[in-house]
Amino acid sequence: MDAKTFDSKSLLDSLFENGILFESGVDGLYGRSGAFEDVIERFERLVTRLGAPDKATRIHFPPGMSRATLEKSGYMKSFPQLAGCVHSFMGGEREHAQLLGMMADGGDWTELQKATDLALTPAACYPLYPTIAARGPVPAQGLLFELSSYCFRHEPSKDPARMQLFRMREFVKIGTAEQVRSFRESWLKRGRAMIESLDLPCEVDLANDPFFGRGGRMMANNQRDQGLKFELLIPVTSIEKPTACLSFNYHQDHFGQTWGLKFADGEFCHSACVGFGLERVALALFRHHGPDAEAWPAAVRDVLWGV
Amino acid sequence: MIDQIRSLLEQHPMIPLNFGALADDANLYDAGLTSFASVQMMLALEEEFDIEFPETMLTRRTFSSLASIADAVSQLTRKAA
Ligand SMILES: [Zn+2]
Repeated sequence: MDAKTFDSKSLLDSLFENGILFESGVDGLYGRSGAFEDVIERFERLVTRLGAPDKATRIHFPPGMSRATLEKSGYMKSFPQLAGCVHSFMGGEREHAQLLGMMADGGDWTELQKATDLALTPAACYPLYPTIAARGPVPAQGLLFELSSYCFRHEPSKDPARMQLFRMREFVKIGTAEQVRSFRESWLKRGRAMIESLDLPCEVDLANDPFFGRGGRMMANNQRDQGLKFELLIPVTSIEKPTACLSFNYHQDHFGQTWGLKFADGEFCHSACVGFGLERVALALFRHHGPDAEAWPAAVRDVLWGV
Repeated sequence: MIDQIRSLLEQHPMIPLNFGALADDANLYDAGLTSFASVQMMLALEEEFDIEFPETMLTRRTFSSLASIADAVSQLTRKAA
């Protein structure tokens, strides 16, 4: 992993050659080595350690969520191209025979499947809001959560930093506009300091989500005009187009209104989340410090393994 | 023009704003227009007036009031004519 050459293909090839990632036959879907997982585990501990003073409630969600929740969240309005719903075979023996016949003929047997109640989780915080809304009014000081989940986004790519299945760790603040904005500010500072402590080059920039279609262009412009999303970028597969490894998102009262998240006085809650793309951070570390984590700079190893 | 836009938007099922009660220069976002509803509005206007908003016009400002929408639409219809 020559730190001077930055492109997707050479990085992906060297990750395979060094046995850090394993091919699956599908772009964006890889096996991970023990060394890779060790880095992720240590980075997660670092994130938890930095957030510990805030005393967040930790919740781990599975990679699948309620499809009804995904529908109600408005995800299909904004990102229909990224969503994934789980389908299963629900027919009888006759349909089963038909399915096997279609499969043998190389036909599209998947049309014999039906949508289940599950969708793949697109971001770690989506399952959180209805879960919290169901518990009643939000206390005046707000609520803070630390989440982790495997997430799915349908965007097959040879860029190793754009996986279809990846892990996201998040802190989510639900509270007043002021509480969630100061939460986001504090993580913009902490996030940058954390990445700098790992001796990685980074910059923070205004950003927008990949909203679908021409209407999406407008949503993206709105998001930028209002300064709702920032990303911490690290060069991983390109210097000109660095990879978003952390994101800082202010949702205004979108999820408050959608899920009826309210304070005792009936006022809708605002929310914000900071997301850590775990695979992306690990890839950035391997890219900049080399394929052998034991040979990484002592200061970096100390931050990750020292405590 | 403004009246045509007002009645078009008033009939739109996905834009739950009371356009009849809004002044020409009232801020639609302050009146509760969401990002998603503003996209629906953009698409409805394009269809009604047979226009296409260029990327530079797909901003919050363009759709912030009935007056600014009418302004944008008349610019585009004039160009098309
Ligand atoms: Zn989130």
